[in-house]
Amino acid sequence: MRSSIQYQPIPDAIADLSTTVYVGTEGPWVIITMALCGALALMVTPWMDRVRSADGLTGGKGGNLKYGTLRIKPCLPANSACQNSAGVFNGFMISPLTLTAEEQGLLNGDEGDALKFALEVVVRAAEVMGAKRLRPANFVHVDACHYYGQAHLDFSRFFLERGARFPITAWTNTVPVSLIQEELRDGADPDTLADSRRLAEDYLKLGAEPVWTCSPYHLPDGPGFGDHIIVGESNAVAYYNSVVGARTNKYGDFLDVCAGLTGRVPDAGLHRDKNRKATIVVDVAAFPESLIGNELFCHVLGHHLGRTCGNAVPVITGLPLDTPNDSLKGLGAAAAAAGGVALFHAVGLTPEAATLDEALQEQEPAQVIKVEPVDLMAARDALSSARPGPLAMVSLGTPHFSLEEFARLHHQMGDRKVHTDVHFYVSTSRYVAAAAAERGWLENLESAGVDVLVDTCTYFSPAIRGCRGRVMTNSAKWAYYAPGMLPVEVAFGSLADCVESAIAGEVRRDPRLWSSSTWGL
Amino acid sequence: MKNSIQAEQVLNGGRARGPVLKLEEALSFWGAFDPGSGRILDRLHPQAGLCIAGQVLVMPQSRGSAGTPAALAEALRHKKGPAALVLRKADVNLTMGAMVADRLYGLETPVVVVSETDYEGLATGPMADITAGGQIILAPIDP
Repeated sequence: MRSSIQYQPIPDAIADLSTTVYVGTEGPWVIITMALCGALALMVTPWMDRVRSADGLTGGKGGNLKYGTLRIKPCLPANSACQNSAGVFNGFMISPLTLTAEEQGLLNGDEGDALKFALEVVVRAAEVMGAKRLRPANFVHVDACHYYGQAHLDFSRFFLERGARFPITAWTNTVPVSLIQEELRDGADPDTLADSRRLAEDYLKLGAEPVWTCSPYHLPDGPGFGDHIIVGESNAVAYYNSVVGARTNKYGDFLDVCAGLTGRVPDAGLHRDKNRKATIVVDVAAFPESLIGNELFCHVLGHHLGRTCGNAVPVITGLPLDTPNDSLKGLGAAAAAAGGVALFHAVGLTPEAATLDEALQEQEPAQVIKVEPVDLMAARDALSSARPGPLAMVSLGTPHFSLEEFARLHHQMGDRKVHTDVHFYVSTSRYVAAAAAERGWLENLESAGVDVLVDTCTYFSPAIRGCRGRVMTNSAKWAYYAPGMLPVEVAFGSLADCVESAIAGEVRRDPRLWSSSTWGL
Repeated sequence: MKNSIQAEQVLNGGRARGPVLKLEEALSFWGAFDPGSGRILDRLHPQAGLCIAGQVLVMPQSRGSAGTPAALAEALRHKKGPAALVLRKADVNLTMGAMVADRLYGLETPVVVVSETDYEGLATGPMADITAGGQIILAPIDP
């Protein structure tokens, strides 16, 4: 198993280390901590958590002793991965990652076990990503509050029991079940629901604010342009990076929490300006204005972008300058779901793309894609699996509905009512629901037969009934995911189509949006 | 078949032993995989229905969701996760899942990256021993 700590005398120069270090080739890195005092001693341990336990080496606190730590790993001369990295010498590679004294202190356990482990996780991620340093972040949108199993709870408890708290603003993503609306999907497992609520509460105890939304950018006082932030929810990653101009990578569960608790992220990926450069130009000039102005167009375009761009950074030219943020939200959500797009630019619309040149950072694109009507018609059709017939459900609000979308829904509904056979759900945040309620819209919509669901989403939530059969949505993301997760067929349409269909009790679409001539053919 | 491969990178250290299972496509652990049984659920995955528990799982990298690390850690907790992960590309999510499972449950799950040539040479079948230094030693399974 893991080797025990061994001490060896250190020779005069670091370059001679390789002649003395043969132990500790376990694990990803060999950790060498040197006491930089008169009589140098060398300690070798493959695991950082053993450093602190060595006699006489307790993190550099004693007197004039100073400690320097090198992370090195064994490396064969013919090893291309190592040759590409900094600092290869005599069969060992020095980690390119440099830590500040404060960060080193956290790793040594100066602030306790919780922060020590949290920073170990961030450091490991930084090493995997090839970062040279960590950088401060000022906001985290926690994804790990979304219950999946006991490991999630064991992880939150690890930090709670050790007294950790987020030192930066922490908001929460959606959870599997609403924390304030009790209605349950038939057959939902009560233990899972209880654990899900327990996990949500754990994150509040860790200092997160209970916003429970996948559209945190609808809330006031959130991150702004240039902020370095920690986000895992894929649509929020795309929106914050693209529309707000904040900087985040797509942070998976655990790393989101550890980065949030330490307030540090690897300085890599989209935190670095040069990686925010667009490499693919996507030209949508071929489409008529009558179509391009409809939100449905942006959703379909997003789906197509995801399919064609993967996780590259595209810049879109030709979108109207009055394209609303809700359309960009739908575009980013669909592109992130179908392909992994974490950042897109839209010339004249998004903050890092005042001009095409700015988005390209004055360089030539690797690829130029002229989107043809036939491409988007194919994407549009791929999002609709439903055959004609009666409608069981309408689902709006993936990502969570904005106040502007509520205004449009309220206007479109007028004083009409949802067909009695149709469940009509709108998913949103508590904040936006409250704002819609203040304007009297929520009451009107509810009396028209619309259920407003908060904290969660219809496509994974055990919080709704009747989610089977033919479902209509205006979300390309919902249309893409739901058929794999729920027993549904999906009809994809505009917000207005969804309302008209809900009232009629069967799928109705504006024929103008679905004719070849509208799509430029 | 080479009988020994040295990993290019060790993303999560540890030792492991298990039969090699090579996936034809990347796997999404969240949503397309059941951590309680170790089975691949994704109907569109060419190896849907296979159980990865205890296997030295060879795949390009993970796919998709932010929930990947938690799903991997959950499978490891159930003892239904892979014995080790042998990847073509460095993968932060899988590294995080394995690292957290190690801290919470004391389970060693090596995650290593091998060269393209070595990756192409790996096939389902033999028994693999992974050393702490990232060496993969292959031997035919006794009949």
